Amino acid sequence: MARYDFYGYRRANGRIGTRNHVIILPLDDLANAACEAVANNIKGTLALPHAYGRLQFGEDLELHFRTLIGTGSNPNVAAAVVIGIEPGWTGRVVEGIAKTGKPVAGFAIEERGDIDTIAAASRKAREFLQAASEHQRQLSSLNELWISTKCGESDTTSGLASCPTVGNVIDKVDPLGATTCFGETSEITGAEDVCASRAATKEVGDKFMRAFAAYQEMIDRHKTSDLSESQPTKGNIAGGLTTIEEKAFGNLAKIGRKTKYIEVLKPAESPSKGSGLYYMDTSSAAAECVTLQAAAGFVVHLFPTGQGNVIGNPIEPVIKLTANPKTARTMSEHIDLDVSGILKREMTLDEAGDRLIDLMIRTCNGRLTCAETLGHREFVMTKLYPSA
Amino acid sequence: MTTDFIVHDKADTVGVVVVENVKPGQELTGWLMESDETVKLSALDAVPLGHKIALSDIREGDTIWKYGHDVGRAAAQIGKGRHVHTHNMKTKRW
Repeated sequence: MARYDFYGYRRANGRIGTRNHVIILPLDDLANAACEAVANNIKGTLALPHAYGRLQFGEDLELHFRTLIGTGSNPNVAAAVVIGIEPGWTGRVVEGIAKTGKPVAGFAIEERGDIDTIAAASRKAREFLQAASEHQRQLSSLNELWISTKCGESDTTSGLASCPTVGNVIDKVDPLGATTCFGETSEITGAEDVCASRAATKEVGDKFMRAFAAYQEMIDRHKTSDLSESQPTKGNIAGGLTTIEEKAFGNLAKIGRKTKYIEVLKPAESPSKGSGLYYMDTSSAAAECVTLQAAAGFVVHLFPTGQGNVIGNPIEPVIKLTANPKTARTMSEHIDLDVSGILKREMTLDEAGDRLIDLMIRTCNGRLTCAETLGHREFVMTKLYPSA
Repeated sequence: MTTDFIVHDKADTVGVVVVENVKPGQELTGWLMESDETVKLSALDAVPLGHKIALSDIREGDTIWKYGHDVGRAAAQIGKGRHVHTHNMKTKRW
């Protein structure tokens, strides 16, 4: 067994998962109650309530479908039950997930009502769960692992140590064939030229700059101030970050010192250029970003925090690390890895990176993250503009 | 030896305090990461963990450097050893 091998679930389409969820997925807000009832009936299944899915249109609707289909298609999902108010759009999500070859079934509420829908969906969920419970983990290699990263409630210790620790991991796993992803378009403000220079080709760098400029244009259109207290957040400021530029350079430390990104992805778009680092155009709000990365197919997440973000995700396990000794002390139940030793010069960045890889592999093998033990399952759909 | 503050890059004009309870008048030991050098500084303000401290006198309007990059401008005169944050530093963006 090679150093970074792990035990994962091999799915029908060849992808490897680190979890074995049976999800109960609402097409729309109206189906949340039925989905939660099914998950309550069938113990061990997971409902993913969310706020949207009605009267969306255009690119926003495409993103809604891409996120739901991607969530169900994620290799951490063994099977999916989809419930919607009507059969048309419900069927579109079912067909999308079915392309992975995994078990999926759809149920519509109209002409039947919640109670009969819940009964039928519960029977199917029970069947899926029992089948999934027989799946066995198999030896898998790092080049089959998809890793995403995003930081949150950052402070200056994030840029000094916890983000560079993730960067150290990216620099180590990239040559070994891992597929990795970062995003947070607004939070690269001030460091955009440096970010563009980290693209593998000029074309990819130009594509990044176009996504960056579009996001800036959106912010300029809606802003009523210089975004003080939003970017940086109140928590960032309490932790010592003063400007977006300062925050951006810390953020960008997550992609390491040498790894280049090979493509720019739309929100929730799945990588299709093989192994390597990808940039995804996302919001910098933690749950929105991680939800989009999970929908793109990433199966484990590395999340540096400064002041102590408590985030989890229902689909991919979120490993949180901090270099802030106060956060590590006062919020220990949320922190999977304490790298504050870097600031005390008791631990090198290289050692911290090795520790994070070790913890990541153990998490991929099934070790529960802090967020999983505490039930943090923030599932937040990104909405691009108002519904019709 | 305790590291009280850390500086990313030689070009930087601010460092980050990495210990709790720094008080005015306290003699601080810093670590310059880029060159692995030790630097000394007297704090003139109470500076919380994670907050920035000026490494030299900074004039109003000057660019503030961190990570070897432009991270904003001084919105007031900032003396060496002073706390640098939203009261005396602003973004150049948005």
